[in-house]
Amino acid sequence: MERLPWWLRDLIYLAFLVGLLIALSYGLDALPISGMAYYNRIIVLMGINITLAVSLNIINGHAGQFSLGHAGFMAIGAYFAAFLTITYLSPYVDKLPSDSTQQWIAQNTLLLVAVIAGGTFAAIAGYLVGLPSLRLRGDYLAIVTLGFGEIIRVLILNIDQIGAARGLSGIPKWSNFFWVYLLAGITILISWRLVNSSVGRAFLAVREDQIAAESMGVDTTKYKVKAFIMGSFLAGAAGALYAHFMMYLNPTMFTFDKSFIVLAMVVLGGLGSISGSVVAAIILTFLPEGLRGAKDFMPGALAGKDPRMLIYSIMLIVLMLTRPQGLLGRRELWEVLTRRKDSTGGKRDEKSGPPVS
Amino acid sequence: MQTLLQNLLNGIAAGSIYALIALGYTMVYGILKLINFAHGDVFMLGSFVGYYAGGYFSRHSPNGQMAFGYAAIVMLLAMLVCGLFGYLNERIAYRPLRNAPRIASLITAIGVSFFLEYGGQFVFGPDPKFFPTLVEKHLLNFSGVVTTNYQLIVLGVALVFMALLQYIVYGTKFGRAMRAVSYNFETASLMGIPTDRVISITFVIGSMLAAVAGILYGLAYPKIDPLMGIMPGLKAFVAAVLGGIGNVPGAVVGGLVIGIIEAFVGGSSFSNYRDAIAFVILIVILLFRPSGLFGKYQAEKV
Repeated sequence: MERLPWWLRDLIYLAFLVGLLIALSYGLDALPISGMAYYNRIIVLMGINITLAVSLNIINGHAGQFSLGHAGFMAIGAYFAAFLTITYLSPYVDKLPSDSTQQWIAQNTLLLVAVIAGGTFAAIAGYLVGLPSLRLRGDYLAIVTLGFGEIIRVLILNIDQIGAARGLSGIPKWSNFFWVYLLAGITILISWRLVNSSVGRAFLAVREDQIAAESMGVDTTKYKVKAFIMGSFLAGAAGALYAHFMMYLNPTMFTFDKSFIVLAMVVLGGLGSISGSVVAAIILTFLPEGLRGAKDFMPGALAGKDPRMLIYSIMLIVLMLTRPQGLLGRRELWEVLTRRKDSTGGKRDEKSGPPVS
Repeated sequence: MQTLLQNLLNGIAAGSIYALIALGYTMVYGILKLINFAHGDVFMLGSFVGYYAGGYFSRHSPNGQMAFGYAAIVMLLAMLVCGLFGYLNERIAYRPLRNAPRIASLITAIGVSFFLEYGGQFVFGPDPKFFPTLVEKHLLNFSGVVTTNYQLIVLGVALVFMALLQYIVYGTKFGRAMRAVSYNFETASLMGIPTDRVISITFVIGSMLAAVAGILYGLAYPKIDPLMGIMPGLKAFVAAVLGGIGNVPGAVVGGLVIGIIEAFVGGSSFSNYRDAIAFVILIVILLFRPSGLFGKYQAEKV
């Protein structure tokens, strides 16, 4: 059978995804589970974390640029989109007759506008952060991106128009399961397309050996900045959806701990493995929620104390010690399940890993 | 002129605490090329050991007064506990990953950091505590520049420990082994240097310095909580990078630079941006000197 052209295959994938998501969002609403709102919230946050992890995987896993500023990009997208919605978009939607089809269409179109605007703004920031990476390597780049993230947080803390330390409230709840998972699906698609494209190959070349890549004519600077722009756009878009889901933003949501957790998802899944990032994002989002029950088992003197984050951190250490190359190594989920060797034909040396310096 | 001197003095006192923490970062990085993100939380642990030990002594001392000897014992206890923790930390969380990708041990470092932060909240409770007065506080006034004996103690103790470390690294056989391991891990082990033991001891020394910093911090800024290590830890790491990570005198200079500039920014109209300024300095300096102030630029090998 002749293979369909790539854009048609992607369109079919997207159409399938949209259909599935619509069916699922009706299905989730119809489920007769008490406290569904709580589960719904976890599922949506899981989708946002998947987007964050897969987009960081583009920067860290594919291009091999060690970034610790993902929470900062997410914050930029979230705040910019929320600000845009509150000042310009929401008043317009409110003027339309409530609960009408017209309002529904306007609301969802404008959410899309806000998400793209948030992503674009974050991508500009990513470009600016990517530029110093021309000169910096490995751990120096890590600390600079971490620093950028913190600078962004402190700047937000000092801009009164977006709430400063009070936080930004009054964001309409426009985002939902459908939008969050659509973005996650698009992120995975972009990431997957990327690996098999010339840009993605260039990313891998930069990751594996920058000097060799350069001498083969790969413009390393251009590709590093490109990776930063793509990763930060997606993180900003995820932040925008997060803002429209939580309805409230606070600078403390975007500390570097958040970047650390997203990095942990990427590394735990296996650097460079897309499905690995997804699996790890699901595990690390669900783990702290699943451990809520642990509180009830605390003996005598410790009764009433909540050990869940303590267990969470121990499990993070144990998982990393048992699978230093990540849960899936550098392979994808189906390659692991079918025990197929990866696409390079031979078994890769999992120990070597991508160089971080 | 007075405010200038005042800010300078406050900055040096805060900077010497940063410098003590930065030394631990820089030593571990120099040897293992690992950013030990848990180091800032070891500093917190030291402070809390001081809190409990100091509280015990002030309850049990005969006249309700803390003698100088007690303060020394408190500091030694904190160093002991943190040193032990540093040893176990390296043994359990980092050594099994010695041959794994470097980023794996970075994630366990983050895990250990979370462990200490959440563990601290679990065991000590999340609310801030007041550090006991180990030494009585005196105000000293040098023609308008006000200081406390605390600031002088901080500075003095920090200097003593820095000098001690300088002696260990550059004046002893162990220090030579340490430098050899940091220069080339494999060659050092071929030369008969027990690399594992050198790494363990390096962790112990770094953690002890963090404990000293924790006690001094508790003395000078007596409100401590389980998350207190995050910001000073991060800034100390910035200080280590600023001075050229892996470089011992560089860490001290970096710490002092950050402390002093922060004190001046804190005293100016930009005081809201105090927490960001360390990173701004770092980025500006790294743009011009990609290996920090005193770091050696390593040419890439093909």
